[in-house]
Amino acid sequence: MKGLVRKHGWSLGLGLLFLLLLAVTRLIQPTFGASGFESLARAALPFAFATAGMAIVVIVGGIDLSVASMMAVAAVLAAVLMERIAGVPALFIVLAAGLVMGLVNGALIVLTRVPDIVVTLAMLFVWEGVALLILETPGGAASDWLEAGIRGFFPVEGIPQALLIIVVAIGAVWLPVRRSKLGLSIYATGSDERAAFRSGVAVGRTKIAAYGLCGLFCAMGGLSLAALTGIGEPVPGPYLLASVAAVVLGGVVLGGGRGGLLGPIIAVFILRIIRTILTLMAVDPNVTTIIEGTIMVAVVMLGTWLTMRGARR
Amino acid sequence: MSDLSTDPPLVRIGRFLRDNPMIPLLVFLFLLIAVLEAMRPGIVMPVRAGRDGLISTFWVGNLIKFAIPLAMLAACQVLTMLTAGIDLSVGVVATVSAFVCATLSSIWGVAPAVLIALAAGVMVGLVNGFGVGVVRVHPLIMTLGTGLIATGCLQVYQRLVINAGSVVPDFLVWLGVGRTLGMPNGLVLFVPFAIFILWLMRYTGFGRLLFALGSNERAAKLSGVRAWQVYIALYVLSGFIAALAGLLYLGMIRQTSLSLANPLLLPSVAAAVIGGTSIFGGRGSYAGAIIGALILRVLDTMLTLMQMPEGARTALFGVIILAVTALYVRITGAR
Amino acid sequence: MTDTSLLDASGIAKSFGAVRALTEARLTVDRGEVVALMGANGAGKSTFVKILTGALRPDAGRVLIRGAEASVGSPAEARRSGLVPVYQEPSLIPDLDVADNLRLGDTPVEPFRAWVAELGINRLKLSDMIGELPLATLRILDLARALAAKPDVLLLDEMTAALPTDLVERVLKVVRAEADEGLGVIYVSHRFAEISQLCDRASVLRDGRTVGDLPIEPGVEDRAVELMLGQTLDLGARETSGAVTRKTGTPRLAVRTLAARPKLSDVSFDLYPGEVLGVVALEGQGQDELFEVLAGFERPGAGTIQVDGVPVRFSHPADAIAAGLTFVPGNRSEALLSQRPVRENVALPFAARLRSWGQLKLRRERERVGYAIDKLQIDTRAQGEVQRLSGGNQQKVTIGRWIATGVETLLLFDPTRGIDVRTKRQIYPLVRELAENGAAVLYYTSELAEIPQACDRAVVIFNGRVVDVIDASAADEATLMRAAYGLTNGASAA
Repeated sequence: MKGLVRKHGWSLGLGLLFLLLLAVTRLIQPTFGASGFESLARAALPFAFATAGMAIVVIVGGIDLSVASMMAVAAVLAAVLMERIAGVPALFIVLAAGLVMGLVNGALIVLTRVPDIVVTLAMLFVWEGVALLILETPGGAASDWLEAGIRGFFPVEGIPQALLIIVVAIGAVWLPVRRSKLGLSIYATGSDERAAFRSGVAVGRTKIAAYGLCGLFCAMGGLSLAALTGIGEPVPGPYLLASVAAVVLGGVVLGGGRGGLLGPIIAVFILRIIRTILTLMAVDPNVTTIIEGTIMVAVVMLGTWLTMRGARR
Repeated sequence: MSDLSTDPPLVRIGRFLRDNPMIPLLVFLFLLIAVLEAMRPGIVMPVRAGRDGLISTFWVGNLIKFAIPLAMLAACQVLTMLTAGIDLSVGVVATVSAFVCATLSSIWGVAPAVLIALAAGVMVGLVNGFGVGVVRVHPLIMTLGTGLIATGCLQVYQRLVINAGSVVPDFLVWLGVGRTLGMPNGLVLFVPFAIFILWLMRYTGFGRLLFALGSNERAAKLSGVRAWQVYIALYVLSGFIAALAGLLYLGMIRQTSLSLANPLLLPSVAAAVIGGTSIFGGRGSYAGAIIGALILRVLDTMLTLMQMPEGARTALFGVIILAVTALYVRITGAR
Repeated sequence: MTDTSLLDASGIAKSFGAVRALTEARLTVDRGEVVALMGANGAGKSTFVKILTGALRPDAGRVLIRGAEASVGSPAEARRSGLVPVYQEPSLIPDLDVADNLRLGDTPVEPFRAWVAELGINRLKLSDMIGELPLATLRILDLARALAAKPDVLLLDEMTAALPTDLVERVLKVVRAEADEGLGVIYVSHRFAEISQLCDRASVLRDGRTVGDLPIEPGVEDRAVELMLGQTLDLGARETSGAVTRKTGTPRLAVRTLAARPKLSDVSFDLYPGEVLGVVALEGQGQDELFEVLAGFERPGAGTIQVDGVPVRFSHPADAIAAGLTFVPGNRSEALLSQRPVRENVALPFAARLRSWGQLKLRRERERVGYAIDKLQIDTRAQGEVQRLSGGNQQKVTIGRWIATGVETLLLFDPTRGIDVRTKRQIYPLVRELAENGAAVLYYTSELAEIPQACDRAVVIFNGRVVDVIDASAADEATLMRAAYGLTNGASAA
């Protein structure tokens, strides 16, 4: 029990912070209840998936700047496919496409030996271009069941369907990985690449796999975008900085090896509920954007500073 | 410079080209222009289409005119890349500067408007410099973040001045669209600007430090360089240049929008990379970046003629950046 | 040597560019045998270890394990073939717990636990995070993990460096007992006391070549030192006799009880103007930390530094430079802007300060850089980029940087590592001349023969402490080598 608290102390703290913010929200707007929480969870969907993907590549010791672009590709692909073929095969095609995009990113990093940040910066533009090629202007149509699927509550009133999707989808992918040799290899590579190599880890393959997982989560993020808007939008949203900030706030150390996915996901909800609070306080939505941006930059700065101090020791 | 003359000629040619990257770049530029002329006879050389003039000064003037703001933003990338950084806030800064200048001109007059517009760029640069130099956030993330915040500020600002209307100052229009002897007036600003950047990079202590920090920050530290000072000055300068480019672009486009100069961001990175500036720092040439900007503009015209969709263009630029960088890593074995 | 040899490596050669790290190394280990692998700094020991463990591929030669050619392309493959290494630094993943680390390397848990207990660590839980365990425990875990993998040959590389005495005893006992059961052990170490306690035989490397095998018997220390030294290179005669009188007055640099993590624990000495003070130390005895602290890169954990009698604290190398302490690091690539021309490299300190950010004073710069280039006879035919210069010329550039600005106190860290004899012979008189003109020089070198050439006195650092101060001009190499190995008893700190 004590070990569990220590291991997940940060996530626990974040959870308490979230509850506190939830209470603050109730204080400002006493009518804020289940439906408010439901729309919060819905808005958090794409952010949660982007953050999950980003968290994995940060844990392996990299960073993926192309998450928002990959999500855009997945969203337009979903919207275009679902207009033409049945929804379920389209869903799997989109997920496969996401996985492939991520694997391409990873393979380019390993093969060219160009640093992660540069490769994914270039790929940010490449995937953005691909999204535009698939669909020049917003259009297409997501399947009705996809749109309906993220609304409402399941299995009981009070648990938003969107939250369930986040937990189930991320859990279904991450938990088996986390428990497998691959998961260990991901942490080992991010923690100390040389020691990992000496322990027999195939470092290159591990990195590629981590980027592949990131791509897969980005595909889920794209699907949720399509579900939220009902169409495909080829322009990447503001998910890059948001995901980096949530990852850092969630206790994943930039540079790799430490943290999990639980913390970052709670961090996503914290960042989202701050927006809700600001909106409820009738703050101009644009000012909200500024405040949000400032919080995210401050979080990243703090994270970097702490990492630097840790490295010096 | 008498190099060790024992190397085989091919190696020497390769080395010569590496020391003088301008030559292949210029060759490539003229090759592209030749291809363009072949695709649409008469566009560059009207005489071939039966019109007057051996070289179309209109076409050349147009090429230069549209390359100028790009080349100015590329200066931001070259300078920051020298230190292994990058400035992704330049597009937003240029937009903010243009928007602020246009709206404030109608309220307070031109001179304060221009000053405040430039000050906005300096402010963003200061924040970037603090984040990169003192807190040591990766420049990519830092400048991306400030860009996002600046966009938010711009939207709030727009709400405040929504009724003020906008005025594009006359001298900016003159700079942006005016021509003298067929050449764009923008050169009046750009030529001294380019000379300043070239001077800064080659003949000042500050320029030396940019190269030093990018090639080996530890060696620079060993020699007593306090890196944070250099980073703050660098990003402030970059913000200032971006704001200046925004003003020029305002005169060229003659209308304001909340995303005016944002599409110039990617090409500005590409221009610097094509021009031989290494994204890993320590190597770069502004003259190369200027040629790079011209190359991109010619390429742009070609892609438009080929009716290449916007998406393919964006993707192509991304591929160019990655390919040039990977090639550089392959050749030098750097990082 | 017989077909019962567990490990038989022969004819191993390896070059890095023009540098030949190994020319003909060999090593055999029989069943139940513990072989010490010895060699002075730069003899090629670490390259040999890397080849045996599969981290490097040799250019020539072969490694047979149990008579079968081992194609060791990676550490994982070496492990499968039966050779399991324990490296100098821990190779456990700091952010994983013990159980996960075992799972990663497919180590069976129960034997591992048994070994941990056997080695004297009692309170270890499998859920302990590696990053939170003390260094000594990690070394034991590394060893236990290696033993649990049931190796044929165990390679211990400076295994005991971070261990307290009681654990060292424990380790030696366990390893010896395992060897008696048939395990083959390669023991890389600088410590004669442990070698004579544990090993059956010592194999000595010199200049990339295996020069002899010695049975462990009383007096083996002298034979080993002799073999490690061999025929030394003629480094040229010392030019000036340099009257070695103990300097008096205020020292330029006074260091007292200086400590810095991880390896420097207690160092005191005085360095006077006009003096070249040598630092004699084997690899990793704390000299790296000493120079980093003096150069302003790291802050000391304890102790004081005085420059000309005034206490100083450095938070940045710029502070050290302001106090006149200039540092030439051992690794040239740390100090050079490899893609920039010679002139910019030499002139770098000129531009460092805020007030010199403006227009360069090119004429003054040219004069001073020219002076340094003449002084050091830097071959500047390849002006374009420093990386095209030879190693010797590169090193001259890093020294020339401070000659051009004027030297007060020069910290030279192994300035002659990997450079040609001709350049070396230019560097000693230069160092002497600087000292005669009033500079104070602290001179660490991995090549002991240089100490009498360049230095007046030398401090000997062993295990993070000053153990002896030697009159350098009179010392012969064997004396220095014995001192460096901690074999002198007269521990009279300065």
